[in-house]
Amino acid sequence: MKSENGFNLRFAHYGTETLLKGALIVNALGVFLPLLFMINSSFRTSADLFTSPLRFASKFDLSNYKLVFTEGNFVSYFWNSFVVTFFATTIVIIFGSSAAYALARYQFRLNGAIYLFFLAGLLIPAKLALVPLFIQMKNMGLLDSRVGLILVYAAGAMPAAVFIFTGFIRALPADLDNAARIDGAKEYQVFARVMLPLIVPVTGIVGIYSAIPIWNDFLLPLVFIRDTSKMTIMQGISVFFGEYGADWGALFAGLTMAALPLVVLYVILSGKFIKGLTAGATKG
Amino acid sequence: MKKYSINAYQKPWIFLFITPAFILTFTFTLVPALTLLSYSLFSWESFKRIDFVGISNFERLMQFPFRQDFTLAFVNNVKVFITLFLVQTSVGLLLAYAIYRLKRGKKFFQAIVFLPVILSLIIVAFIWKLIFDPLFGPISAVAMQLDLPWLNQPWLGQPGLALFTLIFIGFWRWVGFPAIVFLAGMNSINDEFLEAARIDGASEGQIFRKIIFPLMAPSFTIIAVLTFIGAFEWFELPYVIGGVTGQPGGSTTTMALLFYRLAFGTVDSATVDVGISSAIGVILFIFVGIGAALGSYYLRKREIQQ
Repeated sequence: MKSENGFNLRFAHYGTETLLKGALIVNALGVFLPLLFMINSSFRTSADLFTSPLRFASKFDLSNYKLVFTEGNFVSYFWNSFVVTFFATTIVIIFGSSAAYALARYQFRLNGAIYLFFLAGLLIPAKLALVPLFIQMKNMGLLDSRVGLILVYAAGAMPAAVFIFTGFIRALPADLDNAARIDGAKEYQVFARVMLPLIVPVTGIVGIYSAIPIWNDFLLPLVFIRDTSKMTIMQGISVFFGEYGADWGALFAGLTMAALPLVVLYVILSGKFIKGLTAGATKG
Repeated sequence: MKKYSINAYQKPWIFLFITPAFILTFTFTLVPALTLLSYSLFSWESFKRIDFVGISNFERLMQFPFRQDFTLAFVNNVKVFITLFLVQTSVGLLLAYAIYRLKRGKKFFQAIVFLPVILSLIIVAFIWKLIFDPLFGPISAVAMQLDLPWLNQPWLGQPGLALFTLIFIGFWRWVGFPAIVFLAGMNSINDEFLEAARIDGASEGQIFRKIIFPLMAPSFTIIAVLTFIGAFEWFELPYVIGGVTGQPGGSTTTMALLFYRLAFGTVDSATVDVGISSAIGVILFIFVGIGAALGSYYLRKREIQQ
């Protein structure tokens, strides 16, 4: 920038630079302060919190956490969330990829219609059909059941999974599976031995895209689960807030515990999380 | 890419590959969506279907007492959409550009900006409910210590203020998403464009306004569609903070809350009307469905163009 007003340009450049970096720092503070406040408060007693909300914890006191685990049913909540998320996501990956394989690779009469069917599934805001779904689940005996939750979640995540997988498989060269066929592989062997290893990278994206919203969901358990022993963690934390509403130390410990698993995973896999959760909204 | 024409031997395999995904989606997504429409045309006693009543549920929704609730909720949803969209896209764009311009630490700041997005709305809502607590919360403590009366307010307890505090919390949770979408858009801009503009003597502001900003149009569409859907299905945040009746004084009620409390009732009253609830569901459905369809139509068109 060697124009006559080079100095001004440079000056403006540094101004923008400072402004933009400042925005990032303010954002980082905005993200971290509430979370640090939560973690810090989880080590303090409620009486201490009520007299001075903003002090640092004087010692590493785990008694709030003890309460969360002994009185709060958190072990069972975590287990239920894990089981539901794991099985729903597994179903989505296995059946979503196999359906996508068939749609991407075989030319059959109903191909276009089935593709449109999944497209419609993608556009249906499933939350809004909660009442008919509730009655349907009641008739099927799937209320108060983890299996019921798993099936509904798997169905909800399926269309997006079929789309992501189909797009990916279409981009793979067809010679790969033809070569296997010539070597005498059966159709399921072509899928299992040739296709599955190739779609591993996109499986991670589909897995994250499906699993995180399931783990974080609150609405479906709220409607479908009444039995405490089958509640998920997000439902459990709201029950805990109802029972221990006045014990702030315990509330913060409960929130910290509920947030911890995903935050730890995120610290390790943030790139994958970002890619997975923005799949569909960004390309590549 | 070439699809094979199939032979008789392959048919059962195709059937086997597709059926599980098809049945699941059909049973738990499509069937409830279709029955929702029929439910809105019947009268109900609790969860028991009584008579076919045509569109009378929709008519009753437009009369006392439902009309007031519905209008209030609808206006709130519109406020949520407009405010969230404006704030999210402007701050999101700023953060995206700030990260885009960084030479080092891109990954690091990207991870920080996106962190709240992975947290469950339930957790986020409860954290902020405690933070905004007027008696024991840290915000009122700071306000007292620094003597800032404007900060020392019942942010969640005042009808005129509560909805915007809720929108702020929603913004805190979600702004990382548009930021990352915009950043991905910026990263896909060909560097040669920018280089050429720089050589021609364009200032940074000009480059941003004339090149980067117009190229962000598809990202704006995606964010608008997603914010639209999210705003009209707004449930968890107001549910946790304002309760199912949208406290204080119904000021944080939304259509999803209205829909929920007409179907499943509230703790203190048993005014359940599945017919009206389904009618609201159908209206929301059409609204959100049209939004999503327009969005994906636009995106597919874009993909063809590229």
